[in-house]
Amino acid sequence: MATANTTHLLEFEKPLHDLETKLEEMRKLGSEDPAPELEASISELEERVKSLRSSIYENLTRWQRVLIARHPQRPYTLDHIEALTDGFVEMHGDRLFGDDPAIVAGFATFLGERYGYRDRSVLILGHQKGRDTKSRKYRRFGMPNPEGYRKALRLMKLAAKYNKPIITLLDTPGAYPGIEAEERGQAQAIATNLFEMARLPVPIVVVIIGEGASGGALGIGVGDRILMLENAWYSVISPESCSSILWRSWDFKEEAARALKLTAPDLMEVGIIDEIIPEPTGGAHNNPEAMYEGLGKVIARHLKSLEKMTSKKLLKTRLEKFDAMGAFAEE
Amino acid sequence: MAWFRRKTAGIHTKISQQINVPEGHWVKCPGCSTTINQREIGKNLKVCPNCSHHFKLSSNEYFELLFDNGQFQVYDDTLISVDPLKFVDKKSYSSRLETSREKTQLSDAARTAMGMIGGHRISVASMDFSFIGGSMGSVVGEVVTRAIRRACSEKTALLVIAQSGGARMMEGALSLMQMAKTSANLGKLEELGLPFMVLLTNPTTGGVTASFAMLGDIHFAEPGALIGFAGPRIIRETMGQDLPDGFQRSEFLLERGFVDRIVDRRELRQELVQYLDLILEDDPDTRK
Ligand SMILES: [Zn+2]
Repeated sequence: MATANTTHLLEFEKPLHDLETKLEEMRKLGSEDPAPELEASISELEERVKSLRSSIYENLTRWQRVLIARHPQRPYTLDHIEALTDGFVEMHGDRLFGDDPAIVAGFATFLGERYGYRDRSVLILGHQKGRDTKSRKYRRFGMPNPEGYRKALRLMKLAAKYNKPIITLLDTPGAYPGIEAEERGQAQAIATNLFEMARLPVPIVVVIIGEGASGGALGIGVGDRILMLENAWYSVISPESCSSILWRSWDFKEEAARALKLTAPDLMEVGIIDEIIPEPTGGAHNNPEAMYEGLGKVIARHLKSLEKMTSKKLLKTRLEKFDAMGAFAEE
Repeated sequence: MAWFRRKTAGIHTKISQQINVPEGHWVKCPGCSTTINQREIGKNLKVCPNCSHHFKLSSNEYFELLFDNGQFQVYDDTLISVDPLKFVDKKSYSSRLETSREKTQLSDAARTAMGMIGGHRISVASMDFSFIGGSMGSVVGEVVTRAIRRACSEKTALLVIAQSGGARMMEGALSLMQMAKTSANLGKLEELGLPFMVLLTNPTTGGVTASFAMLGDIHFAEPGALIGFAGPRIIRETMGQDLPDGFQRSEFLLERGFVDRIVDRRELRQELVQYLDLILEDDPDTRK
């Protein structure tokens, strides 16, 4: 029977877990009845665990990273907000139709002083997934309706009014593909955010913390700095949907993940992201505290460098940043 | 290279009250199931004479239809897609591109032109569905961006004719970023107070709808066009139910407030001229 502390194991982690379990047993045995032969076996096994661990985690395939990005124990937006800020005032509603729990947003004090910056008010927002069956459904698995994008924009305009920087955290399997979402203008809501975010005269730091699927992610993803956690993924489509469209089968998700080049190192290479934020070995869920620390430090550094820019310079540089994205040839 | 036919970026002159289609081709109209000679449809701007179903037009056909005297100058015809991710599914992206260029004689899925419409100088970008489903990759993003910049630098209106299945998967996140790039550039048009018109045609979905195609000052749509973000199949699977009749069609979008006018293609030019006349009137009180 699983205990509350059981870590959810991914398929590719099982061999390592088995070896670690064996090592634990031998250590237990050794403490009860110390014997030189046992000591030798233990240290040999320790070596094997170490080398297996590094061979797994230093050679993660793209698909394995997708699995880590979707790990049910991975820190979500509200966890990051809790760790990185103080006094979060969550705000609700788009003032037009309703509130969307798939996006959370509000003002808070970013705790930057501990990273050599300073504590200051920011607008922080992001996609929010649920942890159990009930909350997953409530958060619509982190898939926003148009109201989510419109709430985000309403608050980002407030941030501009108050001259506060904006931090957005991306973690979504996509915008919700529902009948009502279409009726209320999913496409128009996302498009408007892209247009407006390019014009907001305050610094915007975007972090892909988990899944960055398509327009649903980009809808809160235009900014001055695009940062990405080491095991997050970001692309135009999920590997599963890509498989179903191009391979006409759901079975080629691993090939699709490979073809899409959707990992942080891939995106760094084509100039879409500015920085990769390292994760604890095995993924952010293995040591959330270390993850928050690493993320906070990087955000603080970027906020510090962005505040030196005038609004005019900020907007010009932001436009040039996106203008440069793309690969083509001119005959 | 043989696969790429270089087009002359000169002035095209052609007065077209009809679209030329070779004789002897018969087609079954998806609207009314009548079998019609393609030549008959061509004479009618590719609108079914029986039920007004709008068949797809190419960018060139739109240019010839809309510009005064069918006169226009094409730009950016020399931009071609590369294969930045070396993407391979069942086929390689490179070979898909090669096949598409050969088949369509186009360099990619969007073209731009400048000319006059109703005596107003205007920058026009039009997509071509025949090129990998009108999908938006780096070239489409750049071509649309250049059409925006040209409108800004020449202080003209902008018209975008959208026709696309969405973003081009084979360019991964680079194609996604074209949504941001095109949308961001529209800000300059806004600052300069220049009119931006969008014509939504069948189909306009995915990343194109969720970027420049939904950002017009005025949205025209051809009748019965499929316009939406998510594709109908995905929505049906998510909801586990059949979609309502007419869902995601032009008429549905008009009713929900996302389209201003549904325009029959035979009246399209006149509608554009009327709007441009109103907005670009030469009035002494119009301050800049
Ligand atoms: Zn018909």
